[in-house]
Amino acid sequence: MFDEMVKKPASWLSGDGTNSGIVISSRIRQARNISNFPFPPAADEIQKEKVLSLFKTALAKNPSLRKGNLLISAEVTDLDRTFLVERHLISPEFLQGKAYQGVFINKDETLSIMINEEDHLRIQALQGGLKLQECYQLASQTEEELGKILKFDYDSEFGFLTSCPTNVGTGMRASILIHLPGLVLTREIEGIINQMTKSSIAVRGFYGEGSDVLGNLFQISNQNTLGKSEIEILDTISQVVEQVVVAEKKARETLYKDAKDQIEDKIWRAYGILKHARMLSSNEVMNLLSALRLGIGCGTISQVSLNQINEILVLSQPAHLQKYFNRQMDANERDTTRAELVRLKLNGKGKSNTSH
Amino acid sequence: MLCQDCKKKDAKVHLTQIVNNEKVTLNLCKECADKKGFQNPFEVQVFPLTQLLASMSGLLTEKKSGKEEKKCPVCGNGFSDFSKLGRFGCGSCYVTFRSQIPELLQKIHGTATHKGKSPQTPTGDLLKHWQEEKKLQDDLRKAIEKEDFEKAAQIRDQIKTLINKK
Repeated sequence: MFDEMVKKPASWLSGDGTNSGIVISSRIRQARNISNFPFPPAADEIQKEKVLSLFKTALAKNPSLRKGNLLISAEVTDLDRTFLVERHLISPEFLQGKAYQGVFINKDETLSIMINEEDHLRIQALQGGLKLQECYQLASQTEEELGKILKFDYDSEFGFLTSCPTNVGTGMRASILIHLPGLVLTREIEGIINQMTKSSIAVRGFYGEGSDVLGNLFQISNQNTLGKSEIEILDTISQVVEQVVVAEKKARETLYKDAKDQIEDKIWRAYGILKHARMLSSNEVMNLLSALRLGIGCGTISQVSLNQINEILVLSQPAHLQKYFNRQMDANERDTTRAELVRLKLNGKGKSNTSH
Repeated sequence: MLCQDCKKKDAKVHLTQIVNNEKVTLNLCKECADKKGFQNPFEVQVFPLTQLLASMSGLLTEKKSGKEEKKCPVCGNGFSDFSKLGRFGCGSCYVTFRSQIPELLQKIHGTATHKGKSPQTPTGDLLKHWQEEKKLQDDLRKAIEKEDFEKAAQIRDQIKTLINKK
């Protein structure tokens, strides 16, 4: 299964979809617990085993969910685990040696269900671009199908009950991975983050060394899961994201007006380094890919497609790299191999459908 | 600045999040950030709740009335376990600690009332089983509310027998 996965990029990488130059991916996650079983952090092995077997029964009874794979913790190696984390299919702390955990992944990797994570079930739908509605439909439909067979913990006042009270109610987290180099370069980002957090939207940047945001990537998600319906939560996030996209586009225009040469230089230098470097760390790749992505968005560069960039972003991560080249590597060796992979992908070899 | 988790290495990863108008900051070394998945740009990590809980003064201070702490009859956790872990043990904890929960949810979400979807109901054979389970659960809830923990434990065992038949 893993060999197949590494060769075939996940469907969310395709780089099409609304505003996919700025919004990289959309994700919906719903948490559910099966009634009368302690939540996984408080459950013993027998209870967890029973939860896993109840899920398996539900899966077997549900024709729409049969097309996929169920992986159980005992069968997954460390490298496989990291690979799944890098592919956004499981959370980083999942499948780390705990018994009776599992993950169900559908064929095109748009749906994954973690079993016995912090909650009994974490249903997740993932797609490229701004596609929260589509993700919600898939997650919600799956939740309803499972809910006809499994009885979920629910309280008429508090909603769906979860291990952590931050998830109670809808149990739903809607999140967007977004690329905001314009707002970072114009230094407007902080004001925008402050504004968002005031309206209960969580924004996370990813910091590398010092204060630079790694790859100019941000995660926007709903802070609260209670007090609003699923649709209201989706609408809020979608509206906020659309506003941010407008602001980002405006920032890019300003940059191009005021500092065209510097910006174009940055983009072409990034392209040059990626095309010719012999060693690349994963942080460096992330930052250089950010410049390339900006270059595509602004029409500066047409030699590369979003699809290629997304593919490199995923494949250049440590576990993917080792799976791709089919051997174990230390950090130094990975840097060399990473540079090799980037050159390969940018020279158009081994690339998948570049429809851009 | 030292990593606040291992307190050994230099903090290289700095995260700030505003939770209900309160700024919460995390300073971690690369290794600890990796462990928590903070280096992975794709992963949404819920901010450590324990930090948030710590900022809620009063709510979580154990009431020292000299009485023994109330424990959930289903999972055996007390509210102090929740304060420590930031996680409830089971669905019945929400009944057992009902007096504290609206205030807690209010602090986290700004409200304590669910407005979203409700669960599905099954059909056929499953429905009968479901209704049986639901009745026992309702009884369990009533017993916990009345603080009749002996009865609650009995019902808990009946539920166990029922679900083991599944």
